Parts: sequence; C-alpha cells; structure tokens
Amino acid sequence: MTLQTTLTRLQTARHRRRSAHARAVAGLSAALALAFLITLCVGQSVTPPGDVLRVLAGIDVPGASFTVGQLRLPRVVLAVLSGLSFGLGGAAFQVMLRNPLASPDIIGINAGASAAAVFAIVTLSLGAPWVAIMAVVAGLAVAAAIFGLSFGDGISGGRLILVGIGVSAMLDSAIAFLLAQAPAWDLQQAMRWLTGSLNGATLDQALWPALALATCGSLLIGQRRGLEMLRLGEDTAAALGTDVARTRLIVILTAVGIIAVATAITGPIAFVAFLSGPIAARIVGPRGSVLIPAALVGALLVLAGDFAGQFLLPGRYPVGVVTGAIGAPYLIFLIIRANKTGAT
Amino acid sequence: MPDNTLSARDLSSGYGERMIFQGLNLQIPAGRITAIVGANACGKSTLLRTMSRLIAPKAGQVLLDGKSIHAMSPRHLARTLGLLPQSPIAPEGITVADLVGRGRHPHQGFLSRWTARDDQAVAEALQATGTQDLAERAVDELSGGQRQRVWIAMALAQQTDLLLLDEPTTYLDICHQVEVLDLLVDLNRARATTVVMVLHDLNLAARYADHLVAMRAGSIDAVGPPDQVLTRDMVRRVFGLDSMVISDPASGRPLMLPLGRHGVAQPAARSA
Repeated sequence: MTLQTTLTRLQTARHRRRSAHARAVAGLSAALALAFLITLCVGQSVTPPGDVLRVLAGIDVPGASFTVGQLRLPRVVLAVLSGLSFGLGGAAFQVMLRNPLASPDIIGINAGASAAAVFAIVTLSLGAPWVAIMAVVAGLAVAAAIFGLSFGDGISGGRLILVGIGVSAMLDSAIAFLLAQAPAWDLQQAMRWLTGSLNGATLDQALWPALALATCGSLLIGQRRGLEMLRLGEDTAAALGTDVARTRLIVILTAVGIIAVATAITGPIAFVAFLSGPIAARIVGPRGSVLIPAALVGALLVLAGDFAGQFLLPGRYPVGVVTGAIGAPYLIFLIIRANKTGAT
Repeated sequence: MPDNTLSARDLSSGYGERMIFQGLNLQIPAGRITAIVGANACGKSTLLRTMSRLIAPKAGQVLLDGKSIHAMSPRHLARTLGLLPQSPIAPEGITVADLVGRGRHPHQGFLSRWTARDDQAVAEALQATGTQDLAERAVDELSGGQRQRVWIAMALAQQTDLLLLDEPTTYLDICHQVEVLDLLVDLNRARATTVVMVLHDLNLAARYADHLVAMRAGSIDAVGPPDQVLTRDMVRRVFGLDSMVISDPASGRPLMLPLGRHGVAQPAARSA
C-alpha cells in the first residue's frame, strides 16, 4: 500500500470517528432536551407542551404556572445540574485512574461532601453558601486523605479504591450519627444525605451548582486532552509531553468542586457518578473523550430516576433509591469481572 | 542546529529513600544506537527513566544539548526526546490509527487542531512499521508482535530526534524480537535518530547496537563498541556468569556463549 492510500484511509477514518462522536453528543443532547420537556409536562396531571413553553417564557398560564413553574421546574433544573455535575466529575475520576471503580461516589468523596453538608445544615444551621463551601472543603479533604493513604511509588488505582471504600463507609456512619443527633428526626432529610433526593427543590438552589459547572466544569472539560493521554498510563502520557502532576491536580480540584457543590444541595445521588462514564463509553465507543457524553448521561439518569421514583413506581421514592437500585448490580458485576481478570 | 547530545552528569536517582545509582556520568553518542545491558535490578531501567524525565533525579543533571531536561517544559522536551515505556497501556477498544495519532500530542498546541502534517506523520509511522493494514483494528485484538510495532509507530509519529526504549523486545518471540530491532536500525539509518534501549539479550545487543553500556549494581562497568565491551571478564563481573565469547560468524560481532554446570563439554566449576 502506498503512503498516499494510507493517508487517504487515515483521513476518512478520522472524519468518521469525529462525526460519530459528534453524532453521539448531539443525540444525547437531544434526548436530554426531550426528557427535560417531558418531565415538565407530565406529573400527577399532564400539562400540554404549549402551556409548558409559555410558562418557561414567563407568561402566566392559569392552572399550569404553579404546577410547572413552582413544582416541576425547580426539581427538573436541579436534576439536570446535579446529574451533569455527578456525570462529569465521576467520569473524570474514572478516566484519570483508569478504573470505573475509582468513581467519587465509591471512594468516599460524595460521602465526605454529604457529611459536611449534614453537619453544616443540621448541626450548625448554616446558610447555602457556607454549606457549599464546607462540602467542597470536606470533599477535597477526603480526596487528599485517600490519595495520601494510597501513595506508594506513584498512585496505585487498586489501593486507592480499597482505601476509598473504607473511608466512604466511615463517612456514611458519621452521616447517620449526625442525623441521629438532630433535634427532630426527619426521614426526608435523612434520605437526602444518605442517598440523595430532589424533594423540596427551589430555583434559587440552582445558583451554586450552575456556578460550579460554569467555572470548575469548564476548567475540567479543558483538561480532556490531558485526561485522554493519561489513559495510556502515566509513563506514556509524560513521555508524550503531558504534565501529569498538573493535569491530575486540576482534574481532582475541579471534579471534587462540582461534585461537592451538587452534593451540598441534592445529597450524594447514589451511583450517578459511577454509572454515567461507563454508559457514555458504551454509547460513544473508544472515539475520544467521554467527559461531555458522561455529563449528559448523568443528567438523563437523574431526570429519569427522579421521574420513575415519583410517578412510575408504586409509592414515591427519592431519586437516589432508584439510581441506587440500578447502580448496585453494576457495581457487583464490575467487582466480579475485576476478580476474574485479576485487575483492580 | 542542535546536535541532540544526551548526557548524564553526576546523576543520582532512586525511588523514595532508596538510591538506585549515584554520581553516574554517561554520554550518549548522537545518531547511533546505544544498548544498556546488565543483570536484573542493576538500575538500567531507572537510568533510562531518569534520562527521559519520568523520574526526577536526586542529584546531578540530564543534559540535552547542554540544557537540563528537568528545566524544560514537558511538551518541548517531548518534541525532541521520545520514550517507549516497558509496559504501555492501550485504552480498551482504541484503534491503531487513534493510538498512533496520540504520538502527535506534543506537536499540537493548546487549541490547535489536527493538521495535514499530523496525518502525514501518522501515515509514515504506519508505513515504516508495516502496520498500515492494521490501522482500523482495535489494539487489544492484535498479537504481541503487532502490538509492539504499533507502539513503536506511536513513538515514530512523535518524530523525535532521540528515541529511548525500555526493553522493547520483552514478551516477544525471537522472530518478533529481530523484527523490532531491524525496525529500529531502519529508523536510525533513515532519519539518523539516536536510539537508546535497555535490552535483556546480550547477544542481540551486541548484534544491533553501535555502543554498549554495561551496568552493574548502580554503576557503569564498561562503555564502548560491542567488541570492546562484550568480553568474558565483563560477563563474569556484570552477570556473575562463566562464558565463552566468540566472533559471531553471521555478523563478526562478539557472541557470548554461557557456560553453566550442565550441557557443555567443559562445565563451569560449582561456584562457592
């Protein structure tokens, strides 16, 4: 084969890869937009899409303005923002450590942020900005602790995951302890901080996760090429000119930032961070960065999970119970597979 | 015009508290093939990793054209010096073309897109390694020999003047070992690339390298052309092995025949 034929073939294949990736992102975005509209239209009653759009445009529609504007919209907006945060942050950790088990919700970062939020709200009665700040600080502290504890000759993914699972269990019991100390035992609150819930969502709560996504989220997406290089292993990434330590530091800070802020509001919605990356990888295939698709999948998971928990199942469940029921079997599957291949 | 001389000056390196070598000096001849040989754990991989910036030295410097490589930006260094680690990781499902394309990373700016030059470099790397027909295959479906050629193609796409390889022939059968080494000689002849590799097999090192570096317990035992370095005494000092060194009838280079306690006409004495 001549150089020219190889060149032509390479170009065709590259264009095909690029457009397949773009198609996957476009398809996921369209699915998210559709899910957003459907969840605004459908609840205990069905509101016609026309009325929903009018409410979104700020027009007062009798009978729809309250249901859509006050009840459904805040919930749906928070579902999308928290889903984007968990999906993006989770996939960043999984790619960086080359292991789907290295997701922030498995290794204790969500639990740390949640414990700090419980402490700030239930014990100290602090307001929203302080809750978010404490959650971020706690998330970073947990990240520093597990990376510190698992540091040997470089960072070993397997050790980090095992340390993280232990830390996560300790933090979960701290959350249960804090909730038990609370003056009035509130089941809703307890569910929120243990598995995540969108109950009682208001639109002004959306400000913090939106800000975190705009700042930390975009910085994190800016690291996607460095993250793609890290998938080749630290040595190869460094040999190809990636500043491994810097990439890692930015990814950890920004991913923990978005995840902790989202957790401070909705609680650690179970397994969304863990599931989004692998599902997105299934959809886009090995054709480039999984970060944006994972964020979109995360938003879809939270929207669909919350909708199912409210309207599709007998009884009403917080979103974390539904996503947890989907995520847990996948976790078991991954552990069995890791056990078979001997990889951690 | 930089002449791409790589050297170690009073270099000390190790992991954590553990020193692997101290005060080491070494000059890599530009445009030639250098092989680093030595027994297990003598520090040859650590030397290669320190000389390619994967490990920060404890003391001393690695100089590329007189400048310390640890003071250069990673991307800048990666345009001149390439390294193929011992066990690189291929992401699940990645295609050969995609993997080889990643060798272009140091040539792409923060925002700059893929250019025609990148395509050209990848195509040339695939042709040079004979992997052009595998371009759309997934790396994890390939045989060990094919996979190693693909990794070398990735390093070629990086288009560096120096290429360091950590045991590029490990896990390959003899046919693929020879194939990989032939490929490196082609590269050296065609582009005058300086090649530095850690090799296990002394005889293949003597056959293919212009320059041998024999290491023993963290220091350099002998340096020079193979016919001066590969001697019976060196083999005894470096590997603790009795041997015969004859002239390789196929190449005229030295050929080492190990003398163990069995299987030879005059067995080695049982060592104390």
